[in-house]
Amino acid sequence: METKEASRAPVSQKAHIIENKDFEGKIGGTVSIEINEKKVQVPLGTTILDACRKNNIHIPTLCHHEDLCVAGVCRICVVEVEGMRTLQASCAFPITSPIKIKTSTPMVRKARRHIIDLLLSEHYGECYSCVRNNNCELQKLAKEYGVDSYTFGHVQKSKYPVDNSSFSVIRDIDKCILCKRCVRTCIDLQEVGVLEAVHRGHDTHINTFMEKDLADVVCINCGQCINRCPTGALHANDPSDEIWDAIDNPKKHVVIQTAPSPRAAIGEEFGLGAGHSMTYQLNSALRRIGFNAVFDTNFTADLTIIEEGTELILRLYKAVVEKNPQIKLPQFTSCSPGWVKYLEHFYPEYIDNLSSAKSPQQMFGSLLKTFYAQKRGINPEDIVSVAVMPCSAKKFECNRPEMTDSGYKDVDYGLTTRELAKMIKEAGINLPEMPKEHFDDPFGDASGAGLIFGATGGVMEAAIRTIVEFVLGKKTEDVFEKANVLPVRGFEGIKYVELPLGTEMGPVPEIIKHLVPNWDWLKGVTLKVAVAHGTANAKKIMEDIKAGGKFSECHFIEFMACPGGCIGGGGQPIPTSPEIRKKRAEAIYAEDESLELRKSHENPNVVRIYEEYLTDGPCGHISHKLLHTHYKPRGRYIA
Amino acid sequence: MLVMEKNQLTEEIEVLIKKYGKERSSLIPILQDIQKQHSYISDYAQQEVARLLDIHPVEVFSVISFYAFLNSSPKGRNIVRLCQTITCDLAGKKNVASAIERELGIKFGQTTPDNKITLEYANCLGMCDVGPAMIVNDRVYYKLDPEKAVSIINEIR
Repeated sequence: METKEASRAPVSQKAHIIENKDFEGKIGGTVSIEINEKKVQVPLGTTILDACRKNNIHIPTLCHHEDLCVAGVCRICVVEVEGMRTLQASCAFPITSPIKIKTSTPMVRKARRHIIDLLLSEHYGECYSCVRNNNCELQKLAKEYGVDSYTFGHVQKSKYPVDNSSFSVIRDIDKCILCKRCVRTCIDLQEVGVLEAVHRGHDTHINTFMEKDLADVVCINCGQCINRCPTGALHANDPSDEIWDAIDNPKKHVVIQTAPSPRAAIGEEFGLGAGHSMTYQLNSALRRIGFNAVFDTNFTADLTIIEEGTELILRLYKAVVEKNPQIKLPQFTSCSPGWVKYLEHFYPEYIDNLSSAKSPQQMFGSLLKTFYAQKRGINPEDIVSVAVMPCSAKKFECNRPEMTDSGYKDVDYGLTTRELAKMIKEAGINLPEMPKEHFDDPFGDASGAGLIFGATGGVMEAAIRTIVEFVLGKKTEDVFEKANVLPVRGFEGIKYVELPLGTEMGPVPEIIKHLVPNWDWLKGVTLKVAVAHGTANAKKIMEDIKAGGKFSECHFIEFMACPGGCIGGGGQPIPTSPEIRKKRAEAIYAEDESLELRKSHENPNVVRIYEEYLTDGPCGHISHKLLHTHYKPRGRYIA
Repeated sequence: MLVMEKNQLTEEIEVLIKKYGKERSSLIPILQDIQKQHSYISDYAQQEVARLLDIHPVEVFSVISFYAFLNSSPKGRNIVRLCQTITCDLAGKKNVASAIERELGIKFGQTTPDNKITLEYANCLGMCDVGPAMIVNDRVYYKLDPEKAVSIINEIR
């Protein structure tokens, strides 16, 4: 199969932006237009919507989303263009001539009001029982345009049953307004291709292949569709009622682990702008809600680095020194459950390349019901383990049948950022006002390396920080300024970095001394690594590997299913945009830099757990039992 | 579906792709040919078309569900479609419809128990001047009355 470079969106759906920076200053590079009788200059090819937004003129949108290609299907953004017979959709109108635009005329207002009325006439359900109450774009528009009655009636009966087959994503198609954002997300942004409009005319609705349940198709549970749905038609499978029950049950010991990305984003649910890290306020809020102990997922992120890094070293050693042909390289990261399921569906032949290390969430789950239970003298049966994740796929991951290595379900509930915010509000807590508290022992506060797992490139950066010190015996700070591995940061879809290791090797650290005798075999080797986020980018790399391109020579590749990494996950506060994701990433990197401890192998609690519990070391027998897993080739065919 | 059947279907689709090309726009002619050959497009065929055209199965399904003349589940061997649009309606479609229903013992949208005939409504066939009209497989019949319609049906039974 030949790879296609560009996105799969049909040409007609791509945004008409002329990307030529020299162009702007030249004669004819800009067009002078009139918006509401105000003269402005815009680059040729700008859409009316962008031109208006740049000039602080508000135009309502529904089907338009910054991450997605132009669709122009909802028509809510119509404006009057002088000389045109009909109203024009501003999101799909590239400016190529000096036109005069009016954004608020009686005709425009009436058309928009009619569109909203027509959407409401087909929109079944009430706002107060909807998860998106107060954060719904349709509701907001209805308010903006003063809808006080249903001009065209209102549906009284449900047309489609709710699909709650999936552990992660629930589809309530009655609330769908057919903006097709989820379709464009699934097909263009993620290239998974689960959702499309089916049937015709009045019967059109968004559905899956052969109208099957979401659990039976190739959905990877990334939840990006949820983040982009303007209404409550798509939402996550919320376990908060069960969690409340567990908290209210005095017999249960309810523990919670919090991942870095929700902490960087949850402030948005409490009226703060994007990019406010709430790590320590969250700890006290969770204790006040009634959780018996609060842990930092970063602890197992640090553990992941040790396990996955050791696995990589072992793979390299077996491939280079022992010349074992069965060793698969490059090694792929396995922290992102969406990516894991994507690989299982679309590239099952590469399952052996996936690191067998579990994701941090699941590692924590199995440690909580073994190590922690022993240490605290609690019956693991009574432990209810909750994980706050930025992710809807984590809900699926914790329900995988193989994730019961502790003898119990390792993680009982995966909770998204949005659902946790709801629980905090339910408990009457205003998060930003909470005092700052630290995490509970025996896992304590973790390193900055675990923290940056949240942003794309973070796993790679954390791994590099440790590998550099393990192999070269130098401080990472001596190789990368302030230990910031800048080449793997940033939001380009695919990043490729080469790290020449040189000839000066350090001693093999104590912790893996029993696995490799020395580093001589790595002398002069150039470590090649790559980072991809969003499964569309992952697909590009996989096709390149299949074709034997440059990525097939990589040693280690980080994949994250969601655009931007975990900070843009499917469980994060809505809305999402490139700018919001950038701010969340900045918050994470700033927090990392403020910490003393910034390397996984220096985390004293990680060192201690290898001394006390995982006594045969990284990738040893105990750690294999508790911290590693196996995968299931699923294939892309839907039976 | 047996493995042999699957392989044969894949080969057939590969031939069709050679014939029509690997573009997105070849989708409909390919689907039409499969429909003609098998009288329906099975879920396996849809996924094979998707794989070979490098699109998603759900996109293929979306197209099939959009067009009335493509179907993803088997129908009767003969398909009778009666025009339900307003001119045919005024020209006496109702009597023709009930005569056919009585003759076949099934309602519109159903298939006879022997799997011979599927009865459906169609939208305008473009025969407004000579309605009521119906289309049996690929052939159009016009100026129908109940007796004529019943005799046409009996010919294909």
